Amino acid sequence: MTEHNDIDHVSGRSTTGHEWDGIRELNTPLPRWWILTFYATIIWAIGYWVVYPAWPLVHGYTTGILHYSSRATVDSELSDLEKLRGEKMAVLGAASLADIEKDPALLSLARARGRTVFADNCAPCHGSGGAGAKGFPNLNDDDWLWGGSLDQIMQTIQFGARSGNPNAHEGQMLAFGRDGMLKKDEIVTVANYVRSLSGLPTAPGFNAAAGAKIFSDNCVTCHGEGGKGNQEVGAPNLTDQIWLYGSDEATIEETITNGRAGVMPTWSGRLDPITIKALTVYVHSLGGGK
Amino acid sequence: MNKPVSPNELLDAEGPLYAAQKKIYPQSVSGTFRRIKWGLMAACLGVYYLLPFLRWNRGLGAPDQAVLIDFPNRRFYFFFIELWPQEVYYFTGLLILAALALFLMNALGGRIWCGYLCPQTVWTDLFYAVERWVEGDRRERIRADAAGMNLKRAARLALKHAIWLAIAWWTGGAWVLYFSDAPTLVKELITFQAPALAYIWIAILTFTTYLLAGFMREQVCVYMCPWPRIQAALTDEWALNVTYKYDRGEKRCSLKKAIELRALGEKIGDCIDCNQCVAVCPTGIDIRNGPQLGCIQCGLCIDACDTVMTKIGRQTRLIGYDNDINIQHRIAGQPEVFKPVRARTVVYAVLIAGVCAVMLYTLLTRTLLDVNVLHDRNPVAVMLSDGSIRNGYTLRFLNKRGFDRVIAIDIDGPPDAQVHIVGADSVTPERPTIILGRDQTTELRVLVTVPSSEITEKSVPLKFRVTDIGLGEAASATDNFVTP
Repeated sequence: MTEHNDIDHVSGRSTTGHEWDGIRELNTPLPRWWILTFYATIIWAIGYWVVYPAWPLVHGYTTGILHYSSRATVDSELSDLEKLRGEKMAVLGAASLADIEKDPALLSLARARGRTVFADNCAPCHGSGGAGAKGFPNLNDDDWLWGGSLDQIMQTIQFGARSGNPNAHEGQMLAFGRDGMLKKDEIVTVANYVRSLSGLPTAPGFNAAAGAKIFSDNCVTCHGEGGKGNQEVGAPNLTDQIWLYGSDEATIEETITNGRAGVMPTWSGRLDPITIKALTVYVHSLGGGK
Repeated sequence: MNKPVSPNELLDAEGPLYAAQKKIYPQSVSGTFRRIKWGLMAACLGVYYLLPFLRWNRGLGAPDQAVLIDFPNRRFYFFFIELWPQEVYYFTGLLILAALALFLMNALGGRIWCGYLCPQTVWTDLFYAVERWVEGDRRERIRADAAGMNLKRAARLALKHAIWLAIAWWTGGAWVLYFSDAPTLVKELITFQAPALAYIWIAILTFTTYLLAGFMREQVCVYMCPWPRIQAALTDEWALNVTYKYDRGEKRCSLKKAIELRALGEKIGDCIDCNQCVAVCPTGIDIRNGPQLGCIQCGLCIDACDTVMTKIGRQTRLIGYDNDINIQHRIAGQPEVFKPVRARTVVYAVLIAGVCAVMLYTLLTRTLLDVNVLHDRNPVAVMLSDGSIRNGYTLRFLNKRGFDRVIAIDIDGPPDAQVHIVGADSVTPERPTIILGRDQTTELRVLVTVPSSEITEKSVPLKFRVTDIGLGEAASATDNFVTP
């Protein structure tokens, strides 16, 4: 290829012998190390085909001798995580709810697990910190519709309220107005009476005796003689400062007219028993637990 | 027409981008500086190899290794000091001290670090010693290299590389001992029970030691290390450096010729051009060319020259620690002047003392008990059924002591505030008290409840004070008590 007479006289270097209008091309071969590296990468690529998935086939692909798959790697990493978590969580499963709360290490573990589970499953209704919203109870306070002990909280999480589960909490606030049990003026009177139970101001001309009469005729079955509520049927305490739907007269009248029946879903089956335990301890430790 | 130029000529004119390594065959030498170097090599290697085995009692449950970097538990132990990750700034202080010490050494005696203490120098010196022991001294090595390969030479080379690899392996082996309990890890390493990571690090360190001390040697100092460049910029005219005293040495002349020429009344220097200073140099330079980048100032040329000068009955220290000012003084017939105390050395010394003092002060006064508070964000405040207000806080306690301690929690805030610690309320009901585990942080949820009648403002400052009941140590953290 390179002849002696192909030396370029300006640079002193050999040329390829190609010539265009008197311009010749210098022969600048690739450096040997570059060529060798290039060949090495080709050999490497062949090794890669052998070891790793490489070629598409009609059905599937060549898997390579390592049978590597990023999906399988994720699966195995996830199952490793479950295994690792399972070992730690088994300790929670073995301890009673009360014992978990007494042991700082277990409490910390349960709270950590509970926090993430709460954020994933409970926060949409109860809020990220369990502060609740209108119709969705605040889990930080000491007022509990269905009871605030560890066992009661776990029962509620497991089966829910009005969820359709046979073990769920049941109880209805009836639609006294819509169903014609109370007339409009009676509803106004009893609404003012309910406000007076927790010391809220009443409307001018409110007849306390009439209110008490309507209340004892219609409400005491569930809310009790003094309006203290009943956790068996989820009837709220009407004498405290906490109102699930609101304490203004219009809201109370709406409640009496149309009734209320908030639903808490059932979680047993969706969450495993140990996770429910951790979640129970977490909710209890928010501050309102009895 | 132009004359054809050969490609080789062109390359020579431009110069290659990289000069191939010239093999250096340092000759053995003895003398004051060689002895100092042996001593410092023994001290440096001794500290490096044996320090992990030094024990230091820290009480039950704590590691008893004097120097330990415990990554899994995120602790650094150095004799009586135990550092947590957030105290890593002490290492910044150490690095500043190291830099200042380097500057001070440079201002006093040039590249003391490079010549005597740098790991590159220490290990290269050790590898040269092995090379000399196995292959013989300079001439023998040059001759053997020129003669080419034979069975005897192959055997010698194999032995040399085996010893080098053994030293390199021990270097890597000692390295990993700083990160785990040394006696246990040694046992595990021998029985092949040690974690794979330990073997991997030993392999890495073996490789780098073998490569840097066996093959790259002075190339590291000349091409890789930034310090020679910085050193040259930091030096001044008073710093003492290994110097060929050309005022005494020039004009060079052989011993016999010098007698003849001196008889004729010519001025002849003391240097007999024997090249011993070049022969012993581990970086292969000629010190007589003046101060230069390649000179690590190990002082071996001083020893070599002194030996020759003693033999021929001339005054020693033709090469010695000196500077240009004194050379000029001697030429002018003035007395020599040495100024170790001058503005820059005083400034370096003061800075070193200052950094030491700051570090010691912060170390002695650092908190061993601490508390941080994080107010609940959602909800910031909760109304209870009786109308009282409750705020939730997450308190994180740090107990840096090596034992469990009992801590009482008090608050300064709204009157009649009740404190409840979730999960830890049973210790003492009247004053909330908890037990903090040794050498760890503890996170607790604390609820503060205030009757509604006491609340007048939207937000009231609230201070958590924690007190070690036994030692009286205290810490506090401030937040606010908020109403909905």
